[in-house]
Amino acid sequence: MSNPLLRGSLRLLNAFAGSELAERYGLQERAKAWLAKGAQRGVSMMSQRRGEPAGGEERGRDLFDLTPTEDQELIQQTMRRFAEEVLRPAAGRADDAMALPAEVLARASDLGLGALAVPERYGGAADGRSPVTWTLAAEELARGDMALAWALLAPVSVANLLMDHGTDAQRERWLPDLADEKRVATAALLEPRPLFDPRRLLTRARPHRGGFRIRGDKSLVARGRSADLLLVSADLEGEGRRLFVVDKDRAGVDVEPEPAMGLRGADPCRVRLDVEVPADALVGEEAERGSHQRVVDLARIGWGALAVGQCRAMLEYVIEYCNDRVAFGEPITNRQAVAFLIADMAIEVDGMRLLVWRAASRAEHGLDTTRAAHLVRVQCADKAMKIGTDGVQLLGGAGFIREHPVEMWYRHLRSVGVVEGGISP
Amino acid sequence: MIRLEVPRKLKGLVELASSVAEGYFRPISRKYDRAEHTYPKELDLLAAAMSAVDRGGAGVDSGRGSGERGRGGDTIRNGGNMATVLGLTELCWGDVGLALTLPGQGLGNAAIAAVASPEQKARFGERWAAMAITEPEAGSDSAAIRTTARLDGEEWVLDGEKIYVTGGERADLVVVWATLDPRQGRAAIKSFVVEKGTPGMEVVRLDRKMGIRASDTAVIRFDGCRIPRDNLLGSEVIHTRESFAGAMQTFDNTRPMVAAMAVGVARAALERATEILAASEVKPQHGGGPRDAPAAEAELVRMEAELEASRLLMLRAAWMADNGRPNSVEASMAKAKAARVANDITLRCVELCGAVGYGETELLEKWARDSKILDIFEGTQQIQLLIIARRLLGKRSHELK
Repeated sequence: MSNPLLRGSLRLLNAFAGSELAERYGLQERAKAWLAKGAQRGVSMMSQRRGEPAGGEERGRDLFDLTPTEDQELIQQTMRRFAEEVLRPAAGRADDAMALPAEVLARASDLGLGALAVPERYGGAADGRSPVTWTLAAEELARGDMALAWALLAPVSVANLLMDHGTDAQRERWLPDLADEKRVATAALLEPRPLFDPRRLLTRARPHRGGFRIRGDKSLVARGRSADLLLVSADLEGEGRRLFVVDKDRAGVDVEPEPAMGLRGADPCRVRLDVEVPADALVGEEAERGSHQRVVDLARIGWGALAVGQCRAMLEYVIEYCNDRVAFGEPITNRQAVAFLIADMAIEVDGMRLLVWRAASRAEHGLDTTRAAHLVRVQCADKAMKIGTDGVQLLGGAGFIREHPVEMWYRHLRSVGVVEGGISP
Repeated sequence: MIRLEVPRKLKGLVELASSVAEGYFRPISRKYDRAEHTYPKELDLLAAAMSAVDRGGAGVDSGRGSGERGRGGDTIRNGGNMATVLGLTELCWGDVGLALTLPGQGLGNAAIAAVASPEQKARFGERWAAMAITEPEAGSDSAAIRTTARLDGEEWVLDGEKIYVTGGERADLVVVWATLDPRQGRAAIKSFVVEKGTPGMEVVRLDRKMGIRASDTAVIRFDGCRIPRDNLLGSEVIHTRESFAGAMQTFDNTRPMVAAMAVGVARAALERATEILAASEVKPQHGGGPRDAPAAEAELVRMEAELEASRLLMLRAAWMADNGRPNSVEASMAKAKAARVANDITLRCVELCGAVGYGETELLEKWARDSKILDIFEGTQQIQLLIIARRLLGKRSHELK
């Protein structure tokens, strides 16, 4: 960031400034004037070089700003209410049943998430593609319940990925059904192995009879049993990582429940693939497919947003519980050992949230997202789990009992360091 | 519109501060770490140039007066607070001690900016002001201070002892917290501006410190020190609540500044450690599986994430201040997180670089000494947590002690 010209002259001046001689001969006064002029010129030069407009309309449009747009705020409020009224009360049952409750699905279809994701051109109601909007929505939904938020956003994620990477023909073919929620789509990106690296996929695709043959295992696929379409990532021979749309009805797609520590309400499934797909299942055109890394980055932002939402729920729950809980004659929050832990939770939730927002806004503004999303992934893995385990700790024995949702949230939050490719905002 | 990037219009300032840090501070960094209590005279020249640049419109004030229309007709601004934290981050990447002893940039200046009348701002605003709050028997508990101010005719008479006064010997002015009536607690605490050389004010000694040695830390005694009546900042009246709150407001401005210092020194350590470790084939990467990297690489990336979260918390606090939103809690969050992260990062970088990091041939060991104070002054880590917790839990200070 430092300017080499200016840096050089400053170094010279530095040597000059320390010298007794300069002081004696009054050279310092002249040097001050020179540096002031030079530095001013330097600043205006730097600004011009960066293409800063002289004033007027362009000025100020690239400001640091944390204010959602009016549309985004409306969506936030809607999702917040839905999370409170529908998701939170249903979460425990969904977790027990390992399935999305019917009334959640019914109420969700009133919400019209599919239409919100798909642009008008393809049968939806969205007026554009906004990763920030879906990041905010994911956060609010996960404040109700992370597993159900994941499940409801699975088809939205596929729509977003098809908008980002698909050809026009592919969008026309798949998106209308996702807009009016006639079909359920879900992404299958994660693979069941330790030290999973999203840059190295073991699921492979190779050209086969005019189409492709895909073989490999995918893990923690949301709504695996009810989904009609799978968006699968695979390493395409000679090309690298690609996305494929796979019809679940095809022979060679084997789906079975994959019960896990948490997120059970989303019906997580293992998908085993040894399947032939037609040529147009390969998402995007050769020149336009873009980098698969964006798929990875976006998913990290999305999972971070879910983590933030679930952690906010934990923080709010813990504040209420601990303020009411009396021990030794006063609320336990009068003790610093308790209060400081809660203050730390709040600091880390906000830190995570700002990291997620920054990465999402970079995606939205077409800036490189790989570093920002990686930092989301790394920070959230640590902090979300700490908030999960501290939340249970603060409730004590009650935190371990399933009467309170915090034990489920603890199980959900362990996924933050595990899942890659959950949702794509 | 949500966007968390440094605006273009502040990049010139960042570049200038970064050039100063690299070209001006770094070459003399070790020299003044060794020569504690020697004033770095190189800074006079720099301070003069910087205030000229400020007047020329490229400095802190350049952020004001332009912005985008926000919601409901409000204009979103990236102004003086954001410019300050961004510039200070760069300077402290160069050297925290030197940045702290830059003439005209004292913590007392923040107090004057926060609470002085327009007339007082005109009188004191351009001069270097140190801040004297702590006493031998009153640290974090600033309400317990014993330095007294007594009105005698048209003059205040100050009596008491202040310690840990950053820039106390070098500054032109000292902003002193004193009580009008010790029995009335925090409501009676006011701040007073004392000019250097006022009879009755004496710099008793300079402390020797672990780090930030380029900056002087003074013990100052006031013994019947008489100052003009209108050197009191704010109102003379003892209100039950507001007045102390007014004095405390200073911290809403200075805490994001300390966060900026922390972000700067932590970035310095992380960058240098990364350079040193690159020679040992340690090359942190983004985009892959975080668990699929060697331990040292994973460690560097983890620190990078902590630092980035701290930086964003700092920017948020400054952004809120620029847009007239109360930011006490957010300022404390930024300070708490950035300071502890900076301490952790600077220490860990020494550890990762082994004997190379521990030795004086590198600045890593110095940064690990400099960073410690950031988690202590302007409210310790624990005080920040108290402030945050009280607000979150809806507690009064007598409930959550």
